[in-house]
Amino acid sequence: MSEPSIFPPYPHRHLLGIQNLSPVDLNLLLDRADAAVALSRQPEKKTSTLRGRTQINLFYEASTRTQSSFELAGKRLGADVMNMSVASSSVKKGETLIDTAMTLNAMRPDILIIRHAMAGAAALLAQKVGCSVVNAGDGAHEHPTQALLDALTIRRAKGDLSRLTIAICGDVLHSRVARSNILLLNTLGARVRVIAPSTLLPTGIHEMSVEVFNRMEEGLRGVDVVMMLRLQRERMAGAFVPSVREYFHLFGLDTRKLALAKEGALVMHPGPMNRGVEIASEIADGPQSVIQEQVEMGVAVRMAVMEALLDPRKSGGRA
Amino acid sequence: MTTTIFTDARIVDPSRGLDEVGTVVVGNGIIQAAGASARNQGIPEGAQVVEARGKTVMPGLVDARVFIGEPGAEHRETIASAGLAAAAGGVTSLIMMPDTDPVIDDVALVEFVLRAARDHAAVNIHPSAAMTRGLLGAEMTEFGLLQEAGAVAFTDGRRSVTDNAVLRRAMTYARDFGAVIALETNDPALGGGVMNEGLYASWLGLPGVPREAEIIPLERDLRLARLTRAKYHAAKISTAVSADVVARAKNDGASVTAGTAIHSLALNEHDVGEYRTFFRLAPPLRAEEDRLSMVEALKDGSIDIIVSSHDPQDVDTKRLPFADAAVGAVGLETLLAVALRLHHNGEVPLLRLVDTLSTAPARIFGLQAGSLAPGAPADLILVDLDHPWVVTEADLVSRSKNTCFEGARLQGKVLQTMVGGRTVFEI
Repeated sequence: MSEPSIFPPYPHRHLLGIQNLSPVDLNLLLDRADAAVALSRQPEKKTSTLRGRTQINLFYEASTRTQSSFELAGKRLGADVMNMSVASSSVKKGETLIDTAMTLNAMRPDILIIRHAMAGAAALLAQKVGCSVVNAGDGAHEHPTQALLDALTIRRAKGDLSRLTIAICGDVLHSRVARSNILLLNTLGARVRVIAPSTLLPTGIHEMSVEVFNRMEEGLRGVDVVMMLRLQRERMAGAFVPSVREYFHLFGLDTRKLALAKEGALVMHPGPMNRGVEIASEIADGPQSVIQEQVEMGVAVRMAVMEALLDPRKSGGRA
Repeated sequence: MTTTIFTDARIVDPSRGLDEVGTVVVGNGIIQAAGASARNQGIPEGAQVVEARGKTVMPGLVDARVFIGEPGAEHRETIASAGLAAAAGGVTSLIMMPDTDPVIDDVALVEFVLRAARDHAAVNIHPSAAMTRGLLGAEMTEFGLLQEAGAVAFTDGRRSVTDNAVLRRAMTYARDFGAVIALETNDPALGGGVMNEGLYASWLGLPGVPREAEIIPLERDLRLARLTRAKYHAAKISTAVSADVVARAKNDGASVTAGTAIHSLALNEHDVGEYRTFFRLAPPLRAEEDRLSMVEALKDGSIDIIVSSHDPQDVDTKRLPFADAAVGAVGLETLLAVALRLHHNGEVPLLRLVDTLSTAPARIFGLQAGSLAPGAPADLILVDLDHPWVVTEADLVSRSKNTCFEGARLQGKVLQTMVGGRTVFEI
């Protein structure tokens, strides 16, 4: 992939969210990701597209899956990858996000990947550093590479998204994955449903271009894709839902509920799963589950995003 | 099952707006016909005929707020003894509060109550479930599973919720199930006194409960009901302002209803007399103006239902200095006769009164009751509206005797109570 790119240039410097991306932008990233999947399936997986470039992963929240996915993506593209994990950094000693950003910026990286518990952290960082920034999840705001990998998984299995109905089920209120997916799927013309108890839906959900359901039995009827969301443990016991038992009974994806979806509907989960809370084991491991494919697509999408942002036809990595 | 026919009865059925003399035909456990035209149906062979001239047939009362000691305090009242007291009082369906030991906050306990009621109770007993676990006001209970098991409402019983976020989420969650949240409103800090705040309490040297202790949490609840669009029932209001704010919420289109305890319609703070602990109630007996405004609110519809708030307490917990005594009074057996005072003195028309005691509570809590329409379950009472009697402790069926009406002269007595076409009480 070091020969002149067959893809048109990508017009943005950062990937902070799905908001404000056009269908053209999204399809470009997905097309690039398709190529990256092919590459990743070869025995020789490494290219030199990002050789000499420096990638820093700045993860303020623990994340095995996303962090290793970004790390592997960078390495497959030939970049030098450094992981800053918060547990062993000066952040522990009270350094602010901006001070950490300025310090890292002085080391002249080309791309910063940030995961942070506060919404807006990625955007704040992008204002302060001279390199590209990729949001790997900021609070309950956005997680754009997750939405892209979900879209890639769906597109490869079901084709054109504009013909599909997709149900997003569970803790929409606290989910950055849900927000990014609602934006992305709508931009690509899919019909989006959300299914959750009202306590787990954000205010204004009815104005987010989705159909809202409070019962799986109603919302799952005839959908092509069922996206499950993770329910955090601390939200289970009486605060937002009364108990795991009731949540699984009403909102857990099991054989009976899945049977209401279209035949062959995809089952997705961003991970990590709570088996027996939002999803039954036989579904997670069943023939309709594409949860493992999602992980594979994750690496490809992150390769595509970093390549697109650091395209040499643009002014270069650093401003 | 044999057919029973009540002839020449005054039939009062608010579910159809009907108040006329006619015939009531009961067969197969349901109402076959009830009204003036039912006279023409003839009398089937083997039917039992009750000559009811001068008597009134009305749907059995539906008492939406009853405390029972089972499980945990069976010496005060059991499900069986409450059933007998209810039958004697003409109450054919009651909603049981979750303030038991253990608290009814789990499916297994709802099932226990329904099983005990089915096997031992003379009348229909519907459990309400705790809104928060252990009535502690922190974690909501499993509304979905509890409702499937048979809980007809969610309430924290005698307790008021203080955490607004907990209440908001509970209401939001309840809305998905169409479940009713029924709450008493008393700010525990502001309302920490033992009788109505005012001159009388001051002379008695007792700490008072200001009206605001009820109004402030009530207004909070109503705001949250508007926000969440939940079904909310203000369980026991006692002040004029409370009735006003409920009426305003209704006008705004909120799904709210309100009830008042029979005490708030019949008694006032002066009944406390010289520290009579049977009159220590929640909400406390208010001033006479409050009582009058409750009657007015009942007439104009701001208040939807009357409850007995039957709360059996044993003698030991009542034979204490006023401020140390247990709160509450029994009321199942006197509910109808005390309410009929409002009819006899011309304050509330009979049809409206029966609505608030039977049809409206059944509608609010989704019970198959409160109607004499053909096809309805034959839960009905035969009443002599004018029969005079004096309440005596000894005559009370309830296991506890803490009545506010000992020695009271009442007018109107239940002669026969039928539940599902079966006679469960008869004089």
